[in-house]
Amino acid sequence: MLKHYLKLLVSAAAFLIAATASAQEPLKIGMVLEMSGAFADFGMQMMNGARAYMKVHGDTVAGRKVELIVRDTTGVPDVAKRVAQELVTNDKVDFLAGFGLTPSALAVASLASEAKKPMIVMNAATSIITTRSPYIARVSFTLPQVTAPLATWAIKNGITKAYTLVADYGPGIDAETQFKKTFTAAGGQILGDVRTPMRNPEFAPFLQRIKDARPQAVFVFLPAGEQAVGFMKGFAERELDKAGVKLIATGDVTEDGVIEAMGDAPLGVITTQHYSVAHDSAQNRVFLKAYAEVAGTAQRANFMAVGAWDGMAAMYEVARRLNGKIDGDKAMDILKGLKIDSPRGPLVIDPATRDPIETIYVRRVERLKDGKLYNVEFDQFLNVKDPNK
Amino acid sequence: MSPATAHQATTGRAPVAEIVFWLVLAAGFWLWPSYLPLASQVLIAGLFALSLDLVLGYAGIVSLGHAAYFGVGAYAAGVLSKLGWGEPFSGLLLAALCAGVTGFLTSFLVVRGKDLTRLMVTTGIGLLLFELANRLTDITGGNDGLIGMEMSPVLGAFRFDMYGKVAYGYSLAVTFVLFLVMRRLVNSPFGLSLRGIRDNPGRMLALGYPVHRRLIAMYTLASVYAGIAGALLAQTTQFVGTDVLSFNRSAELMVMLIVGGTGMLYGGLVGAAVFMVAHHYLSGINPTYWQFWLGAFLIAIVMFGRDGVLGACMRLARAWRTRIAKPAAEP
Amino acid sequence: MITSLLGVLFDGLAYGMLLFLISVGLSVTLGLMNFINLAHGAFAMLGGYVCVLALQRWGLPFLVVLPVAFVISALAGLLLERVLYRYLYRRSHLDQVLATIGLTFMAIAAASYFFGPMQQPLQVPRFLSGQVSVLGVDLNIYRGFLLAVGAALTVALTLALERTRFGASVRAAVDRPRVAEALGIRVGLVFQVTFAVGCGLAGLGGALGVQVLGLDPAFPLKFIVYFLLVVAVGGTSGLKGPLYAALLLGVIDVAGKYYVPQIGAFIIYAMMVILLVLRPQGLVSRR
Repeated sequence: MLKHYLKLLVSAAAFLIAATASAQEPLKIGMVLEMSGAFADFGMQMMNGARAYMKVHGDTVAGRKVELIVRDTTGVPDVAKRVAQELVTNDKVDFLAGFGLTPSALAVASLASEAKKPMIVMNAATSIITTRSPYIARVSFTLPQVTAPLATWAIKNGITKAYTLVADYGPGIDAETQFKKTFTAAGGQILGDVRTPMRNPEFAPFLQRIKDARPQAVFVFLPAGEQAVGFMKGFAERELDKAGVKLIATGDVTEDGVIEAMGDAPLGVITTQHYSVAHDSAQNRVFLKAYAEVAGTAQRANFMAVGAWDGMAAMYEVARRLNGKIDGDKAMDILKGLKIDSPRGPLVIDPATRDPIETIYVRRVERLKDGKLYNVEFDQFLNVKDPNK
Repeated sequence: MSPATAHQATTGRAPVAEIVFWLVLAAGFWLWPSYLPLASQVLIAGLFALSLDLVLGYAGIVSLGHAAYFGVGAYAAGVLSKLGWGEPFSGLLLAALCAGVTGFLTSFLVVRGKDLTRLMVTTGIGLLLFELANRLTDITGGNDGLIGMEMSPVLGAFRFDMYGKVAYGYSLAVTFVLFLVMRRLVNSPFGLSLRGIRDNPGRMLALGYPVHRRLIAMYTLASVYAGIAGALLAQTTQFVGTDVLSFNRSAELMVMLIVGGTGMLYGGLVGAAVFMVAHHYLSGINPTYWQFWLGAFLIAIVMFGRDGVLGACMRLARAWRTRIAKPAAEP
Repeated sequence: MITSLLGVLFDGLAYGMLLFLISVGLSVTLGLMNFINLAHGAFAMLGGYVCVLALQRWGLPFLVVLPVAFVISALAGLLLERVLYRYLYRRSHLDQVLATIGLTFMAIAAASYFFGPMQQPLQVPRFLSGQVSVLGVDLNIYRGFLLAVGAALTVALTLALERTRFGASVRAAVDRPRVAEALGIRVGLVFQVTFAVGCGLAGLGGALGVQVLGLDPAFPLKFIVYFLLVVAVGGTSGLKGPLYAALLLGVIDVAGKYYVPQIGAFIIYAMMVILLVLRPQGLVSRR
């Protein structure tokens, strides 16, 4: 009799232990980020954005504790692939997230398909990324999506002769192609174009060429960071604005985290992008406050941190709706068409392409009351999709 | 030349340590099953470092542009696969051919001048190819990378899986075979003449050796090996980015080789293993500031002694052997 | 047509002069001490961060900041010489490469830790910004400043090397260290001071370069190719070689990017390879 009860007790205990064990299994998010090398800034912004989200929304969802596992790609795609493999096979993550650079995202795409893991791209902006795997959802933006409205705005505001200058790599070429397409379709004339080498410390010769061509405006795309700073300083020093050339660019060039390094040079520059620190909304205030608590005040948040914040929001929502049991296909079904109340404004993940549908703002750089530079929004294009999909 | 390698050169017999080394690697499927992707990349880096050792350790040419041949091999294998032919060994063959031709053509530029000159010429060649790859977007995919690679299963049966098992076995087999070939070569008269050229080119010339031709042959062979290593990387990751041609890759390679020790054949493999495992471990602990500890580690290796990690191991082994031998020698 | 040519020439010379300013320290240590110091970029970076700190936090005027950057980098060089470098003099070049790359990694991580991975802000004073019109050509004032500083520095260094006793001891210690030692010249001390000056020059170059090149922790590895380029093409005996090399490369790079931007990236590397193949010992050499 006692033996019988003992067996019952033991099996009950075993069942309880097993049940609680699976319920306590943490929700692992594998973040594949650039934490060192030339793009270390990107990884830092995204990591802090994710941590800020967890600070505000807690570290538990659907009964599971959220664990962020950050891995450094060092900016090299084969390392990105390797760390992603380890995250999937060793750490057994539920989500893959991050991806500051396009090659990292492209290298990992096939792994996401094979492992059926939802892959949240929080930054990389080349169009083709989402086509490489049905398990990829993007919460950032694409270059064509941001560029087309700028060209439209330029034509509407009397700019008919433009010059283009972009960095000679994927996103740059995407931006140049889209700008030319939209601008000429609306009746504009491209006076010339130039692609600058990726490793380019000196913009003097390119700026001189622009000055010689005398366009009404020059469209610029450069990766956020030293290239943008170097160009902006050169533009101001060479007094191109006084020569009548207006600078219009994608938001990467006046990116919130780096704009302070440019001095007075960017004042008056018109850019388009999906996020500005100056965006006036309650969500944005919550985001900025949390970010400052997590990252300190040395550097402001930028669109990459927002990408991470919204990526986390998406993953939390998926976990909530699936009650903590993350299945790749079910997760993607939820992500398609998911509406996110983002610090940037409204954001919807396109069910057809899994790219973000969002508002693209037209902004001007101004110095506000606190003495700092901001991209102040003064016009907008609603529900913009990637124009080529 | 250390006594151990001299011994090896005359008898050609494999010491026990070497056999154990390869057996341990073969047992990798059981020893480190969760780290097979890392282990594959260590092997590939080791093969790449071996190719640099040929140039640097055996022929004495300092090169910071060796990634040029690695990259050419990677793109060759990548483009072949993208165009629809995914059989792995043919990719290796094409890579070897393309890299070898590139190496042969550039060797004429490299064999002139002294250390610093050759360093910069090789760097320049590497950088030129890097910019070229970035420009030829239609072929290479440019900065975004080469996508659309579909690899067929190795020998028709082993599909590249996400656990990295097939990648490891494939890389190990290729590296082992190439290693054996090189081992025979460096212990042959050709190999010994190369060491002579490294140590005293003037004397070798006086002895009648075709120094120039030997250097060109060696450089071409080294680029073939580098190209195969590049192809292995492309095939096991199914992706090629422009970083395969970057200066950083060449510089990191040189660091790995110096860490392991030059001119000892196994230095490249040992150095690659030590460097990449240290990097992996430190990066796991602190993804933001691991570079600090890695830098300190490198300095420690230099301060510890000449000839890198392998050199230190061999000195220890010799000291051990003398200690064992000594009591017997005592009357 | 002529005005654009003059403008390109001016920009090219200024760019070249900046390259020279940053690299001259490496030429000093490599040429005079036969020591491969790949951590050279880290000293330049130190000068850059000192410049930014001094301007933003301590409020010093720009022209005072420059010598401060020199001094602090020189002191850092002295310290590291005692702690690390002197043990590496007799080691092989490869060991020197490994140790100095290790040092560079540490410097990069430290910079990232103290200052963060992003670009540092810098505003040069008003009297150095903007442009001035000379003979119909718009010349950038800061670039002109770089040219002036570079020229002055070259003259000063050449005079120091050729007209002072210390300069004579340096030349003696480089040519025949044993004989110099026998004659009472303290070769060890000479090397220490020379190394410190080389690092100080790197720091000065770094500080001057922030306005043009930007500043973030990845600086040493981003620009290492340029330092090596100038020193290799210019040769390691003396200062004139690197100066001519830097100016030549600067002009060709800028002119190339202006007239044929499609091949802009290739030009500087192709030029380097051609020059090295034609003159493997460097533009100016004693051998």
